[in-house]
Amino acid sequence: MQRTFFEPKASENDVVLYTDEEPSFKPGDHIRVLTRTPVGHYRVPQYLRGKRGVVERVIAPKAVDNEAEGFGHDAGDKGRYYRISVLMRELWNDYSGNEQDALNIEVYQNWLETAG
Amino acid sequence: MEHTHIHAEGEESHGHPHAAIEQTEAPGYYEIMETAVRELLIEKGLIKAGEIRRQLEVLDSRTPALGAKVVARAWVDSDFRQRLLDNGRKACEEEFGISFYDDTELIVLENTPTVHNAIVCTLCSCYPRPLLGLPPDWYKIAPYRSRMVREPRKVLAEFGTHIPDDVALHVTDSTAQVRFLVLPLRPAGTESFTEQQLAALVTRDAMIGVIPVTLENQESVS
Repeated sequence: MQRTFFEPKASENDVVLYTDEEPSFKPGDHIRVLTRTPVGHYRVPQYLRGKRGVVERVIAPKAVDNEAEGFGHDAGDKGRYYRISVLMRELWNDYSGNEQDALNIEVYQNWLETAG
Repeated sequence: MEHTHIHAEGEESHGHPHAAIEQTEAPGYYEIMETAVRELLIEKGLIKAGEIRRQLEVLDSRTPALGAKVVARAWVDSDFRQRLLDNGRKACEEEFGISFYDDTELIVLENTPTVHNAIVCTLCSCYPRPLLGLPPDWYKIAPYRSRMVREPRKVLAEFGTHIPDDVALHVTDSTAQVRFLVLPLRPAGTESFTEQQLAALVTRDAMIGVIPVTLENQESVS
């Protein structure tokens, strides 16, 4: 069941939105978590790198990138977090529970790419 | 250390010996660093000692009883339940005046007959503190944090919770801006319960999602 709250409203009255005002991904989009290895503070656990999942909802409001914030960078520069859902069997080859068992997690926009 | 003592008469004696509460080890590296930073901040006038004390008082004032009230209200009031699921923070603030002093959002995860939710923070100890207070120790240490994403059904079984094979288990790893609360299933046989009686059944662990709400807590209803 999709909830509506965290999804931004579609623009009304033909208002043209500024770049990045609309989320890059919407619920149901297939995504992949990037395989990056930043040094220092990161908020994407190792087990998630390179894994495929589906966007479950767009988190509102926009927020600062916690990783940059950890170093005092980009203060006030806000972007989007997405709550994504990754199947346990995608994370672990030998996972033996229900096929629909999943891991849900919020990930900042600069860690996500579209997966076909 | 097996040192015990008995309170001297005239002190607030509670009639049994127990280990003295005292600091016996030298403070560690991070403890010293925290003290040094805190003293510098106070010395430079950026914060006052009273503000730290006050914040500790606020932290200690929040307990799972708050979360239990929210859950019980959601069980008896479907309109509130929907508002809670749509925007957890807003619903808690509007309905109960629960302030989210740490400026986190709240997503409430509703258990259903086909989906069971549980919460972990693999990277640290993110927890809905404004609503439940401080997290339990087991929530903060490595075994729960690492195993809950690797073999969650086994971990839940160790809590005595056996999730049926035909129920999907959704584990939420809490890592950044948002905190999570599990809205457990209302147990059968509670149709005649008052909201207050329902709240008394809801425990901290049920709102983390490691156990269901059962009638076993009924004795504690006064």
